[in-house]
Amino acid sequence: MVRARGVAVAALACLAAWAPPPASAQPAAQGRVLFLEGCATCHGDDARGLPGQAPSLHGVGARAADFYLSTGRMPLAEPRTTPVRAPPQYMAAERRALVDYVASLGGPGIPDVTPQRGSLAVGFQQFTSHCAGCHQAVAQGGVVPDDVAPSLQQATPRQIAEAVRVGPHVMPAFPESQIDRHELDSIVRYVLSTRSPPDRGGWGLGNLGPIPEGMVAWLLAGAALLIVLRLLGERSRP
Amino acid sequence: MSLPRRLAEAVVVLALIARGRRGRRREEEPVDEGGPEEGRPFLREVGARPGAERAVAALLFASALASVAFVVVFFTGADTQALGIALAAALGLLGAALAVAAAAVVPREQAIERRPRLAHPEAEPPVRRRLATAGEGVSRRRLLGTAGLAAGATLTGALVVPAASLGPAVGNSIAETPWRRGRRLVDEDGRPLLAADVPATSFLTAFPEGADPRELGAPVIVVREDPARLRLPRARRGWAPQGILAYSKICTHAGCALALYRRPLYEPVSQPPGIACPCHYSVFDPRTGGTVLAGPAGRPLPQLPLAVGPDGELRAAGGFSGPIGPSWWGVRET
Repeated sequence: MVRARGVAVAALACLAAWAPPPASAQPAAQGRVLFLEGCATCHGDDARGLPGQAPSLHGVGARAADFYLSTGRMPLAEPRTTPVRAPPQYMAAERRALVDYVASLGGPGIPDVTPQRGSLAVGFQQFTSHCAGCHQAVAQGGVVPDDVAPSLQQATPRQIAEAVRVGPHVMPAFPESQIDRHELDSIVRYVLSTRSPPDRGGWGLGNLGPIPEGMVAWLLAGAALLIVLRLLGERSRP
Repeated sequence: MSLPRRLAEAVVVLALIARGRRGRRREEEPVDEGGPEEGRPFLREVGARPGAERAVAALLFASALASVAFVVVFFTGADTQALGIALAAALGLLGAALAVAAAAVVPREQAIERRPRLAHPEAEPPVRRRLATAGEGVSRRRLLGTAGLAAGATLTGALVVPAASLGPAVGNSIAETPWRRGRRLVDEDGRPLLAADVPATSFLTAFPEGADPRELGAPVIVVREDPARLRLPRARRGWAPQGILAYSKICTHAGCALALYRRPLYEPVSQPPGIACPCHYSVFDPRTGGTVLAGPAGRPLPQLPLAVGPDGELRAAGGFSGPIGPSWWGVRET
């Protein structure tokens, strides 16, 4: 206990001096310091949450902490604002410390995801049935009632896997009984594949789907028809 | 000469040929007698070549075949791409037939008429004769006429047939669903659903055991709520064992499949849970018996009463609370 307090004091001193945290500092203890500084206003000093402000972090595990911190959704300036993707506010080492601290309160760890092990076909099928309703068929994001489903184009495989299990904000959380590990790998592989889609026609048109494609088809076909008409008319002129 | 005019001429000539107005005996009559005096006032090129006529007939019959293919595809599976290809082929082949006919079958004529002389009675007979022989040089008239009729009639048929998509009368299917008391809920693979399978953070889609899952009244959405937070109507006490609720998956607005589930991670700072439709974003409240929270839906989502068997299996405890499916004037609010 005395030693931990000593380390905490040392860490505080380091922070005050804007020096990088010493490698020897215990991450969870350093995370506790960072937590008290940046998170405890809403989540409470003991991380059990404050009613009407923020939920308890006991039992949420490393996956939720890593998701919210690495996507820049936390810390929030004001508890009632909708968390959106932003540049992370903590450096990688600080995030690790905070995640270790939240993990020390219990809960599931960061999901293991290996997109290469997944199947693109299974991923497409699973993404279509579970995710595309809100996030759109090629993961460009969309609208949900009273909210916005973010695009997944910048999310890392780990963040996608964490979001599936955590269910951030108003998204449902999918347990292993609904999306197993292989299906999760496949979903992530599918999302990654949407970043360089095979444009068969050579022109993706932003992969927005049939409406711009139909418009371009009409324009091209209309122009081609006009040319054909003109040629036919030329030939029959006496 | 403009293309539309030539096409129109081709159609008129084909129609004339089909009616067979001119007899063969007129072919012997002189074509150009007593015309205007200067130069060659009347020029006539007989364009018809047997090959061209055969080609036009073949194109017209091919167009007819494509129209028939449209009807066949429509009734055998209605793959939209195949339908589009068939219709495009029918119209394209018809257009090609008309273009070939205009270019190589129908005779080209150039006549110079002097208006004042037309007033004279003696100038009229030769003009009449010339008009009467307009279609000469076209042999195989009956073949072309039949082919034209076949193409036109089948294309008309192909355009009329999609009216069958308006579908059969709904009848009683919205009130009589496959759900009966004691019927088990199964997943899409036919495995019985256990109460323990229903996650607290997501939703499941279930079907009645042994029934056609594609029937409008078959699919239900199953969600789990905190029993303490349920605000079901008094008459629906006991419809949600362990807080598990089932609602029809068909939106009461336009009949889309409800596929969105809003599940707040921390409710005090976001929104209550809701079942939403991806088509027009109607949101239904699972806690209050499917009442409309937002959107264009006009009546609540029909709820299916549930019971948990001793083996933990979910079973229906009766039929839906109201008529399922999209709304129209005949559906009373329940």
